[in-house]
Amino acid sequence: MSIGDYIRDSQIWKSIFRHPAPHDRRNRIVVVLTNFFLHLHPVSVKQQGIALSYTWCMGGVTFFLFLVETITGVLLMFYYRPTLEWAFNDILALRDVSTLGIMREIHRWGAHAMVIAVWLHMYRVFLTGSYKPPREFNWVVGVILLVLTLLLSFTGYLLPWDQLAVWAITVGSNMARATPFLGYEGPGAQLLNIGGYDLITSGSDARFLLLGSRFVGEATLNRFYILHCVAIPLVVALLIAIHFWRIRKDGGISQPL
Amino acid sequence: MAHPNLTSSVIFGLGWLYLILCLMNSFWAMAQLKKQKHFKVWDIFGGMEVPSATTWFAYSLFLGLVSFAHFSGSGSPDRFMLSLPEFFKDSVDSILADPRVYFALTVGGFALMIWLREWWTKPTVAWILLNMSILFLALSMTDWDFRQIVGKPDNVPIVGMLFLLGFFTWIYFSRAVDNDRRMAQGLPIRERENNESVLVWPDLVYPELICMIVLTVILVAWGIGLPAPLEEPANIAKTPNPSKAPWYFLGLQEMLVYYDPWLAGVVFPSVILGGLMALPYIDFNKSGNGYYTFNERSFAVSTFLFGFFPLWVALIVLGTFLRGPNWNFFGIYEFWDVHKLEALNNKNLSEIVWDDMLGVGRPVAEAGASFASQSVTILIRESVGLIFVFLYLAALPPLMAATGYFRKYYNRMGFIRFMVFTNLILLMAALPIKMLLRWVLNLKYIVAIPEWFFNI
Repeated sequence: MSIGDYIRDSQIWKSIFRHPAPHDRRNRIVVVLTNFFLHLHPVSVKQQGIALSYTWCMGGVTFFLFLVETITGVLLMFYYRPTLEWAFNDILALRDVSTLGIMREIHRWGAHAMVIAVWLHMYRVFLTGSYKPPREFNWVVGVILLVLTLLLSFTGYLLPWDQLAVWAITVGSNMARATPFLGYEGPGAQLLNIGGYDLITSGSDARFLLLGSRFVGEATLNRFYILHCVAIPLVVALLIAIHFWRIRKDGGISQPL
Repeated sequence: MAHPNLTSSVIFGLGWLYLILCLMNSFWAMAQLKKQKHFKVWDIFGGMEVPSATTWFAYSLFLGLVSFAHFSGSGSPDRFMLSLPEFFKDSVDSILADPRVYFALTVGGFALMIWLREWWTKPTVAWILLNMSILFLALSMTDWDFRQIVGKPDNVPIVGMLFLLGFFTWIYFSRAVDNDRRMAQGLPIRERENNESVLVWPDLVYPELICMIVLTVILVAWGIGLPAPLEEPANIAKTPNPSKAPWYFLGLQEMLVYYDPWLAGVVFPSVILGGLMALPYIDFNKSGNGYYTFNERSFAVSTFLFGFFPLWVALIVLGTFLRGPNWNFFGIYEFWDVHKLEALNNKNLSEIVWDDMLGVGRPVAEAGASFASQSVTILIRESVGLIFVFLYLAALPPLMAATGYFRKYYNRMGFIRFMVFTNLILLMAALPIKMLLRWVLNLKYIVAIPEWFFNI
């Protein structure tokens, strides 16, 4: 009896995987059905549906990058304090001192790659007409996930607290000042006043809501940190679950109807 | 020299790039050899049949020599021969450093991409195009100014994205052309051929595992090779020039040249996202579901690609690589001079109408007039522009429903769908229209009501 067989016959192995190794057809089916991670998949798929030049794998790449961002992000959180006093210095330390400083590089490049992968995924879904019935609603969920991906990247952009970060967020969030009705330099905002008192001022408009301040400052750093590390990832995780579940419910991966 | 076009490390790095290109073409040449393709030499040279692979082997050999020259010649960068000639860089900068030329080129390129899709998707043509773009990049890297912009750590992913987009667009068009040809001949499309069911273990989970490993290796290598950017500590008192949003928002920032923030930064992004979400509900075309085709959905694909390439990706490239200090347009080899001046003599439509055409001057409310009478004056002053905008968004859709190309769409879509559809199309067209008006008439705003922050 080989060591491999000995391990696979042990009570521990069987208690985890509950079935023999996937060497025959029956067990290859069972492995997908009984494994928590694999059961996202169906048991069988059409050959042309998983051909790389057909599917491009970009949805899977996006999901994998989300996992990479989560893992590297959690590791970075051990090293990083979102305060004016420490934010920049902690990033400096990640660059110059910390052993796992490369996590920041992987996190940043992974973030750019994730934005690109989402676009390529949507590009492929459009070009194969896969948003058409019965997958209309999953496309809508996907568009929301696109927005959240961009917001994740945007909120993360501020955290290094260097010139690049602060001014990119300043330029990006200045747009919110011009939101119709809700930005204090937006059309219609003057109409929202009660007895001569403006409801929309630089201290109460959409930009203030985003920044937690009249300018990009410590309140913004705190706000973006929580959005970046907790709030948006939670929503994204929920929507990813719905997105995957809907793929199965809406007829599986794209195929000619 | 303060800004050396070539340094030892640049030459050495380019040596690697040429070596990779040499290897790529050697593999390509061997693939050609296996196919045993031949071409006939011109009669004056003897008219022999020569294997196509010979050309590719010769080209690979040449690239190998170029690579070797880079590895061995890096000791004296100022005397190194392989770089872009100055007159070429100057002429590129003087001809192309203009948003009008740039936009015309992107729209022209987009039209050619669709029109010549059967030609440029041929493997040999596509391969030559890929070689040309890599050679262009490699040669351009010998320019100091080009390197400053393209070599910025955060801009590297954009260059990668452009190559990926080219590659995947090639996949789309070659598969679509193939399927369209099959359907014309009455043959089954490629997605239906050899389409047996296979088990997910191992046929899907193994490719997924390989994909994850490859991606991890890429990310780690990328992380080792290219440090994440870190500039000076944040300083609210010191505004960088230019100040740019993150790269994926630079298309929107570029729109600020033509529209005010409430449109470019709030309304248009919302319309883009709303339009994307509405897409499955307004595209009534049942065919082209789950397979690649162009002919069966030419309108949908062309419209989407127009929005994606000239109006989104090209604007990101423009905003990232070509907009310098004061958001001025700079050529790819041009120094980002803070003092570059560009004449701004744009006029509002109301000025053109009241001052230039009627010659009576724009109506102004009397000092101390009531809010209502001030508002009326403002509305009269901007009436021409307001009427234009109203006609564009409210009168054009019914007109499109009643006549012309879009009539059949109206019959298929019904009232609400059609109104959503036409307004999305018109809002998408609003950007190129405003660009043209700016370039042809120097038009600043169609409707200019700064009193209400309402400029269009």
